[in-house]
Amino acid sequence: MKLGKVIGTVVCDRKESSFEGVKLLLVQPLDEDLNEAGEPVVACDTVQAGPGDTVVWEGGREAALGLKNWFNPSDATIMGIVDSVNKGDF
Amino acid sequence: MTLGRVIGTVVSTVKLEALKNYKILMVKPVDPDGKEKGSVMLALDTVQAGMGDLVLVIDEGNSARLIIGDPMGPVRTVVAGIVDEVSYDH
Repeated sequence: MKLGKVIGTVVCDRKESSFEGVKLLLVQPLDEDLNEAGEPVVACDTVQAGPGDTVVWEGGREAALGLKNWFNPSDATIMGIVDSVNKGDF
Repeated sequence: MTLGRVIGTVVSTVKLEALKNYKILMVKPVDPDGKEKGSVMLALDTVQAGMGDLVLVIDEGNSARLIIGDPMGPVRTVVAGIVDEVSYDH
């Protein structure tokens, strides 16, 4: 999984049928210091996250397994809302 | 499998049911000398690892699902061991 920040929402009136009822959010990937790392992705939401939330998300095959109907083509899914990040100095 | 250093923890109370019983660790990949390289990953903890530990990381979905015992779990990265010692010829 990776850290990310929800920076927006994406609305598709017409979309792939297995995405019916799934909210799409724009996620900016973050590094361990919560700095932006890489380009934003569009991710499916499973935890009612919203803009401004720090989240954990997964890409690849596992993204699809996060949704209720596992047979879907998602390549990025939000799997948790982050309460806090505790980083040591190593 | 790769070597990694636990550099922090991520606390998330709102998350997918499949992730409910697991702690999320921030793991930085390291080379055999313990030097950090690459970008941080978030891994599920299955061995009670803690901050600063050198750990064995599995970053592959099927292996990860086997470890957590959930064939459809949306999981790719798990901490699967705490490393006591690495020895190799330079």
